[in-house]
Amino acid sequence: MKRWIAFWSILAKDMRSYYLKPPNISWGLVFPLAWTAMFFIKSGSGLESIQTVLPGVMAVSVLFGTTSMLAVTVTFEKKGRSFERLLLAPIPLELLMLAKTAGAILFGMANAFVPVLMAAFLVDLSGVNWVALLPAVLLIAVSSTFLGLFVAVSVSEVFEAQTFSNFFRFPMIFLCGLFFPIEKLPPFLRPFSYALPLTYGADILHGAIREAATMPYALSLAALAAFCTALFAISLRNIRRRWIV
Amino acid sequence: MSVSRAIAVSDLAKRFGEAKAVESVSFEVEEGGLFGFLGPNGAGKTTTINMLTGLARPDAGTIRIAGIDCSRNPKAAQHLMGVVPDESNLYPELTGYENLCFCGALYGMPRREREKRARELLESFGLAQAAGRKFAGYSKGMKRKLTIAAGIIHRPPIMFLDEPTTGIDVASARQIRQLIADLNSGGTTILLTTHYIEEAERLCRRIGFIVQGRIVRTDTVKALMRDAQDRHVVEFGVSGGVAALCAAVGDTFPELQPQEVSPQVLRVESREPIRIGPLVRLFEDRGEEVSEARKIRPSLEDVFVYVTGIEASVMKQEREKQSKGAGA
Repeated sequence: MKRWIAFWSILAKDMRSYYLKPPNISWGLVFPLAWTAMFFIKSGSGLESIQTVLPGVMAVSVLFGTTSMLAVTVTFEKKGRSFERLLLAPIPLELLMLAKTAGAILFGMANAFVPVLMAAFLVDLSGVNWVALLPAVLLIAVSSTFLGLFVAVSVSEVFEAQTFSNFFRFPMIFLCGLFFPIEKLPPFLRPFSYALPLTYGADILHGAIREAATMPYALSLAALAAFCTALFAISLRNIRRRWIV
Repeated sequence: MSVSRAIAVSDLAKRFGEAKAVESVSFEVEEGGLFGFLGPNGAGKTTTINMLTGLARPDAGTIRIAGIDCSRNPKAAQHLMGVVPDESNLYPELTGYENLCFCGALYGMPRREREKRARELLESFGLAQAAGRKFAGYSKGMKRKLTIAAGIIHRPPIMFLDEPTTGIDVASARQIRQLIADLNSGGTTILLTTHYIEEAERLCRRIGFIVQGRIVRTDTVKALMRDAQDRHVVEFGVSGGVAALCAAVGDTFPELQPQEVSPQVLRVESREPIRIGPLVRLFEDRGEEVSEARKIRPSLEDVFVYVTGIEASVMKQEREKQSKGAGA
């Protein structure tokens, strides 16, 4: 019980201090809106193209929302030494880091549904497979957040967190099959695509929104879960090695 | 707690690369005790506290907090600890009240209990007026006080205070020392690090002198002072010629150790009681006027210098540097 009081307090504090701040809310709205508009205009094929670009916009919104926010906030707290307060609290490191990442996961999921809401006014989304889409969004948010955690543990300055995040994010966007099908990539790049968590998330989203999945849902969900577990485990190991020296 | 040793540390060691930060450190703090770690900057005080509280991993040695072996699992006793780090590390974006409530929640305190306790602490630390202000806007002294309040919000039986009064104004430092004394008299075991000799002397019952990662002496303040009381010191105010007078004292009274303190102050030390009359006559015979002769009560500073070989002035310079840094 005591541990859960700590868990909820960390989550509530982070939501209030970081994620529910007006600049971040506007970032959560403006960013997906800009991406949607950009791809919609570029495709030039009318309203029917919305369903084609929607999976990509959702995934990118989650990816950018979560990785930056978590990497920056954790690095900021680490630098200001307030993170030591958390390390001194009598709660297991695993639960502490889950509390610390839960806010970013929720923020990322909320970001994902901004383009869905906008699309709902323009096209018929009744054919969307929500049972596949919801766990996919959750796991994309979790894996992206844990990627942000991995970045946060690897750097010491806030600006490094931003630049190091981009080192992963931009190649991921172009290699994960969101905007360019993997089969159209040069053969030497394709193995890299399958080493990225977003590839599996994007595939489920393509399947759930426009029935264009290339892999079974179960396989993609299992792969995403494996990425989440591995990223979390590596980050915890790095925290123990680098921050509890 | 049923054990009499609140903190027991044995052969603790820590390296950072090639540098030995802490080496073979052993000490015990009894339940309800106030133990002071006294040493210059870089002596290993903070590293030791970090190992005891779980912020650093020891390379060797054992740590028992309230009888719990924390050497391998530092989380095991964190619920019994309150920690005040050397820098105030609360959340700048939260108010004083919110910071205290949040820290209480980290220790699993239910909402009503932590809110009540936060209000009590803000009142007793004289911060009630600033409760609604953001921590970032607090003065350095207020920040230290709130950090101490955050360390005790969950009523820990054991407190670790790392340089609690460094870099703050005299009035706030006095208040904080009184708070520490009150906490200890209320039964809290306290481990305090400081490089202020007077602070250690005033607050601590037992003191460990730590230099270059090693404890060179641990004892009660009384026992440490007893060593110094075997030595007798008299300071003479003279009109001048101190260097020549020192040579004359050495030649005439070989059992005395003269020392030039300043161009007009000469200090004489001895293992035996010092007779002032013959010395005054010697100075006057050499044409110097004696304005005063003062018996100097040996202080912990003298013991520290004697045991560690570190001049107290080095510690004072560090303090001044930190105060300037704090004021900047």
